[in-house]
Amino acid sequence: MTKKILLEKIDVPGIKNYEVYRREGGYRSVEKALTMKPEEIVEEVKKSGLRGRGGAGFPTGLKWSFIAKPEGIPRHLVVNADESEPGTFKDRYLMEFIPHYLIEGMIVSSFALGSNVSYIYIRGEYAWITDILDQAIAEARQQGWLGKNILGSGFDCEIYTQRGAGAYICGEETALLESLEGKRGNPRIKPPFPAVKGVWQRPTVVNNVETIAAVVPIINEGGEAYAKIGIGKSTGTKLISACGNINKPGVYEIDMTISVEEFIYSDEYCGGIPQGKRLKACIPGGSSVPILPANLLLTTAKGEKRLMNYESLSDGGFATGSMMGSGGFIVLDEDQCVVKHTYTLARFYRHESCGQCSPCREGTGWMEKILKKIETGKGEMKDIDLLWDIQRKIEGNTICPLGDAAAWPVAAAIRHFRDEFEWHVNNPELCLQQNYGLAHYAEDIRVPVA
Amino acid sequence: MAEENKKIKITIDNITVEVEPGTTIVEAARLLGSEFAPPTMCFYSKLEGSGGKCRTCLVEVAAGSAADPRPMPKLVASCRTQVMEGMVVKNITSERVLDARNGVVEFLLINHPLDCPICDQAGECYLQDLSYDHGKVGTRTEFVRRTFKREDIGPLIQLHMTRCILCYRCVMVADQLTNKRVHGIVDRGDKAAISTYISKAIDNDFSGNMIDVCPVGALTDKTFRFKNRVWFTKPVDAHRDCETPGCCGKATLWLRGEEVFRVTSRKDPWGEVQSFDGKPGWICNACRFDKKKTSDWVVEGLTQISRHSVIGANKYKVLDVPKETITEVMDGRDPKLLMNIHSVSGVNRPEIDLSKLNRPAHSDDFEK
Repeated sequence: MTKKILLEKIDVPGIKNYEVYRREGGYRSVEKALTMKPEEIVEEVKKSGLRGRGGAGFPTGLKWSFIAKPEGIPRHLVVNADESEPGTFKDRYLMEFIPHYLIEGMIVSSFALGSNVSYIYIRGEYAWITDILDQAIAEARQQGWLGKNILGSGFDCEIYTQRGAGAYICGEETALLESLEGKRGNPRIKPPFPAVKGVWQRPTVVNNVETIAAVVPIINEGGEAYAKIGIGKSTGTKLISACGNINKPGVYEIDMTISVEEFIYSDEYCGGIPQGKRLKACIPGGSSVPILPANLLLTTAKGEKRLMNYESLSDGGFATGSMMGSGGFIVLDEDQCVVKHTYTLARFYRHESCGQCSPCREGTGWMEKILKKIETGKGEMKDIDLLWDIQRKIEGNTICPLGDAAAWPVAAAIRHFRDEFEWHVNNPELCLQQNYGLAHYAEDIRVPVA
Repeated sequence: MAEENKKIKITIDNITVEVEPGTTIVEAARLLGSEFAPPTMCFYSKLEGSGGKCRTCLVEVAAGSAADPRPMPKLVASCRTQVMEGMVVKNITSERVLDARNGVVEFLLINHPLDCPICDQAGECYLQDLSYDHGKVGTRTEFVRRTFKREDIGPLIQLHMTRCILCYRCVMVADQLTNKRVHGIVDRGDKAAISTYISKAIDNDFSGNMIDVCPVGALTDKTFRFKNRVWFTKPVDAHRDCETPGCCGKATLWLRGEEVFRVTSRKDPWGEVQSFDGKPGWICNACRFDKKKTSDWVVEGLTQISRHSVIGANKYKVLDVPKETITEVMDGRDPKLLMNIHSVSGVNRPEIDLSKLNRPAHSDDFEK
């Protein structure tokens, strides 16, 4: 049983409110942090080995140490709560049920970074969560955790929420900053990086909600204690939002030592696949990471058990591995059609492309049309190769990672499920009526009995 | 201070060049000559913040700098990447670059209407040049091309959104040359389009420069529309004393006989406006649209044309002319258009079937 950290108190009645949160030990980290030096906090975060929870997994302490500190120019912390990746809903859970955790983490992080005005950029669809956060910010300010001269330390801090207008692209950090400034959410061309020129051309750090929340236990317990949880470079706990064909969808906090098999089949987590069906495939880290077939998901190409952490999930590169991503765990059972699934994702990325650079603007639409053609039984063999060539020409050639995010699912689907694509082409009538079912590799997969 | 002004040495396709610090890779490559410079569709050195969007100028950086000689993992947009001492850049010597560029050209063309025969930009179009130099023969797409609702943006400029490649140059012209921009990009993804703010007409003294910066036929001169093909007109350099503040008064007149068909700003070999005394030579709308008589101008002489364009360079001559007719090539079948040109071109009149005309098509046969 994983020791819960972020979700430890989530079931306490009334934890949304300040009194209960404070009684349960909330805001201790702010009291402690304000007695420390900002550099010490950054050092503590470095020691903890905390990695960005938004998807890329970049070490947070290192990111913080990159922030430029020019004389006389304010710095900003921006929390990325634009959680729009299909399959990812972990930040929503955290912000909705224990909002003070994020506020507490933000005060500590703002102090460490020297940000007197910090922002939460939240996706527009989370309107009610914005209200919850605003309420929490108001309570914190009333109690003296925000405002001028917090706890007599001389540190001023204000937190503002800003709602997005419903665009996935605004979760990309530079597009987010553009949108925060009130402009069209087009990603910026890097360099300059946000750590040098971010919001209003000032040094800015953009972090995910979960990352900032994880700063609280790091300060409370110390970076070294936090680093002891987990395995290797995957320290601490991670929130996983599990969905798809599983018995118990929801948000789970795991320490990153458990295996993928345990996560799917254990009653403590997903609780297996409904109606005793077999596992076909899984996207382990949100819609943009490569899909893996069951055999490669449960064991790595080397034959080792695959674990739920950054290194193990990406073991084997994209040829036989995937990515931890943002922790959106989507499970597909034997009745799911990978072609249809890929088409759905391609449609999403086409809709969400900002249209700024040509490979993504034109390529996402083209891929969607070809996938629709194959899915509706009008495909030809050459379309599969064409699809592969298109994704190859999008990947890495765009301004921001949305191009990669659109290309990877298509690439992985063709890489691992080419037989299913070919079956669609060869059986144009049949593919409209029934699904391909399990692929050839799934025969020898052990199905644990619950 | 002498240290700071030191020139930077970089190597592009095995040729070393010395440039000022802060120069971008593409500007450094342009010093070597047109065959070494990566093609650019959205970059415009006279417009601040331009570039990075079209991805045609992608290059491979084999060594980041002398201090850190690691290669950059991704291809970089050469128009937005500054040079570093000891940087090694591969442009046409890199297979990866050529492949990626080929892909970008294909992406730019899959929704382009390819209505060059009736497009005023034909002959001086950068997309034509780009597809000639870096594109593939034939197309791999068979889907209906994207179309947009026609929008009138005023009496002087014609907008053809179907031809637009979204380089954002015209938006930057409006931002940087005038004090009130009324047009911009609306919608996103493949629906993104140039549009005015709630169908306002674009009306300011320098709006005509949007036509000059447009690399394709998306923004064309309404006063020149269907009047002539550019390759039939003769360009001459001319100047006049223009009183509009900010107008350089130096232009190119496009003549046929004595008649001035069109006035544009003067272009440098890269298709950008020439600079005079260090300032970009933008011209005002009075010079461009109203002064259409040779007597309005002092003619300096013939314009030196860089033979960049497809037609200017007569590149089609080197193509083999097939000996068989199309019907023979297609085993007796008649050729069939994969797309309905009526539906993708904004200027065709659907009620007129051009293939049924027993006379040359006339400008009256097209939408004005």
